[in-house]
Amino acid sequence: MADFKLRRSLLYVPGNMPSMLQNIPLFQCDAVQIDLEDAVPLSEKDAARILVRRFLDNYKVRNKEILVRINGLDTKWALDDLKTVLPAKPDGIRLPKADTPEVVEHLDTLLTEYEEELGLRVGHFKILPSIETAEGVLNAPKTARASDRLIGLAFGAEDYTATMEINRTKTGEELFNARMNVLWGAKAAGIQAIDSIFADVNDMEALRKETELIKKLGFTGKCMINPRQIDIIHEVFAPKQEEVDYALEVMDAIKRAREMGTGVISLKGKMIDRPVVVRAARVLNTARAHGMVDIVINEEDINGTE
Amino acid sequence: MARNSVGREIPETFAGKKLIPYSDPWSLQPHAERSTRAIRRLTHNGSKLVGGLRDAIIASGLKDGMTISTHHSLRNGDYLLNELVKEIDALGIRDIKIASSSVHIVHAELIPYIRKGVITAFECGVNGPIGELVSKGELDCPIIVRSHGGRARSLITGEVPVDVAFLAAPYCDEYGNFNGFYGPSACGSLGYALVDAQHAHKVVAVTDNLVPFPAVPVGIPQTVVDFVCQVPRLGDPKKIVSSTTKVTTDPIGLQIAKYAAMVIESSGYMKTGFSFQTGTGGISLAVAEHVRNMMRKGNIKGSFGCGGITGYFVDMLEEGLFEALFDVQCFDLKAVESIGRNQKHVEMTAGTYANPFNCGSVVDRLDCAILSATEIDVNFNVNVNTESMGYLLHNTGGHCDVAAGAKVSIVVAPSIRGRLPIVRDEVTTITTPGETVGVIVTERGIAVNDNLPDLKAELIKRGAPVKDIRQLRDEIYSVTGIPKPVEFEDKIVALIEYRDGSIIDVVRQVKP
Repeated sequence: MADFKLRRSLLYVPGNMPSMLQNIPLFQCDAVQIDLEDAVPLSEKDAARILVRRFLDNYKVRNKEILVRINGLDTKWALDDLKTVLPAKPDGIRLPKADTPEVVEHLDTLLTEYEEELGLRVGHFKILPSIETAEGVLNAPKTARASDRLIGLAFGAEDYTATMEINRTKTGEELFNARMNVLWGAKAAGIQAIDSIFADVNDMEALRKETELIKKLGFTGKCMINPRQIDIIHEVFAPKQEEVDYALEVMDAIKRAREMGTGVISLKGKMIDRPVVVRAARVLNTARAHGMVDIVINEEDINGTE
Repeated sequence: MARNSVGREIPETFAGKKLIPYSDPWSLQPHAERSTRAIRRLTHNGSKLVGGLRDAIIASGLKDGMTISTHHSLRNGDYLLNELVKEIDALGIRDIKIASSSVHIVHAELIPYIRKGVITAFECGVNGPIGELVSKGELDCPIIVRSHGGRARSLITGEVPVDVAFLAAPYCDEYGNFNGFYGPSACGSLGYALVDAQHAHKVVAVTDNLVPFPAVPVGIPQTVVDFVCQVPRLGDPKKIVSSTTKVTTDPIGLQIAKYAAMVIESSGYMKTGFSFQTGTGGISLAVAEHVRNMMRKGNIKGSFGCGGITGYFVDMLEEGLFEALFDVQCFDLKAVESIGRNQKHVEMTAGTYANPFNCGSVVDRLDCAILSATEIDVNFNVNVNTESMGYLLHNTGGHCDVAAGAKVSIVVAPSIRGRLPIVRDEVTTITTPGETVGVIVTERGIAVNDNLPDLKAELIKRGAPVKDIRQLRDEIYSVTGIPKPVEFEDKIVALIEYRDGSIIDVVRQVKP
């Protein structure tokens, strides 16, 4: 089943900064990733996870997807991170250093245990693994299928270039193969592909170019470190008016087809079938988030009724 | 004591003056002639040059109990007021009232002279330590805070008779023609001083840049100037800039600016002829950037920009986005440089800008204006005078003038500063009455005054985060809690005068 949850923009927020946590409800990104890992100094690991728990307990009317980036499962903090944060019911865990499918499977097992303990449906907590090493990139296709909880694969270019002992450039040629492997892995498994952060928060033009590039390649969203980057990312991911118009025609055509008892129909000489409908539905869902259309596309519109 | 229409207790008199409690922004009508001053005839071929500051004070006839004024166009870079008071003290003159257009932090040097009895009252608002000490009861010196328009009114009606105006004159000739455009202490517009020059009983041009006659263009003419004196330096123009001149990079500030831009876009005024005022500070400039982009995109030519003028506005003028700038004071050196060479960048008197008692001031022609706030209450009343400790720290500026004049006045403020809620049940001091405030914009949402129902409907239609102001307050309180109110003594240390001269609020001494 296609996952239509919009994840164009995933904002990192340091877990040890109360002033930033309190602003999470205000930003118009699709998701936040509250960070307990790299943004938090070693001396503040305990304090940060308690702070994040308190924040989430008080953030009752959630208006965006909440992921928590825990410390790597190979560190001494990861289990405490999960234990403290999961009772506040984030939507999922951003898992750093997901180098192998086994790391994801391990987290999956832990999450199941917590779900049972907390009385939650198994599968409640989602996982977004970070593919951020050479090994991780090689294993990406397998990692993408390691758990039903996966909402996507997230590429981490900063750590990746570090493990490759290369520099990251603004044009990103050095990332091309890795990005493609992550994309193929994600697309083959039917999950989303999320691109890395863009570190220079003052260079909006380069951010726009990189976002245009990754959108073209097939990424469905991008991580970021500063809320100022949200608008540009959303602008790039906004569908063009002609795409929206065409998508509306497609949905209309397939509806007529189904009324005639078929799943295929011709629109202006082009064949309209399920893959075209799925793409149109995705365009319309994104368009809705941008306030361009007011319709809600559901499974029935895509697949028809039995 | 009488209770005014915004619920504040106003005494019958203050510092010997009978007070009118505020009732509403519009109905108070003046019943007076314009103030007059004696006609003078200069002796044939007489000289106006009197030497230094001390000679000028003597020549002006300044005596105990009189009122003096200066202008604040050099803002925190002004040297003149401090030097002037030192000389007044040296001459043994006491009991002087100061009716300058504003007093800045740099004038904390006056504090010893207040203690000494040289200065005994302020007929103008103050920024910084003087107000704080008065609030604490550590200085005994009544203060009447006035807006820019209100101050102009008080001089024009003669409510505040200025005996001698000592006006910093950055480019001045020996016969008293001067402007603020050029010279080492150039400050640009002399919008405030223009009022003093017309209404003070004696006018002294004080310059550090005496040029051969004639000093053109003539801003303030020889016909109103009694004396010209020279000082080594009037001030440091680099300190004109009081806050940032860069667009904010703070995400919260940018979010506020984005919402404010939505308000402007939804107001119906963003079309040919659009007029706009915004201040300094990162958020205001971020709004200006949105406005510039909207105007470019819509190919819109505005009528005028107004107020304190920044380089940002100058750029918009030069790009052809506005027909003119009306400038009461230059907020940065780019504006100073522009007003001296561009005829579309117009020097405007504070009276023309904002005096409520004339046949129409420029603020009345404003479509949209961006204003700031220290506190906002659920009735849209705004405080810019006192801070969280209850101390009088800021002058009003043009706040209540612009709010009353503009068709849509937009108050931008972060919902929380430090740990303090900015939208709250009650403000410490009411500077600007809620009935003149159109919209409150915080990063948590937009509250629209009931008197703008069409704007509210349009914003909702466009998906803007419109909230009831009480809902906004509750959201903020849920983060900050409800702060304990500051406790005050009964003693009134300052008045907050509304632009029409009625008293909208008082500042009381803070309990230790």
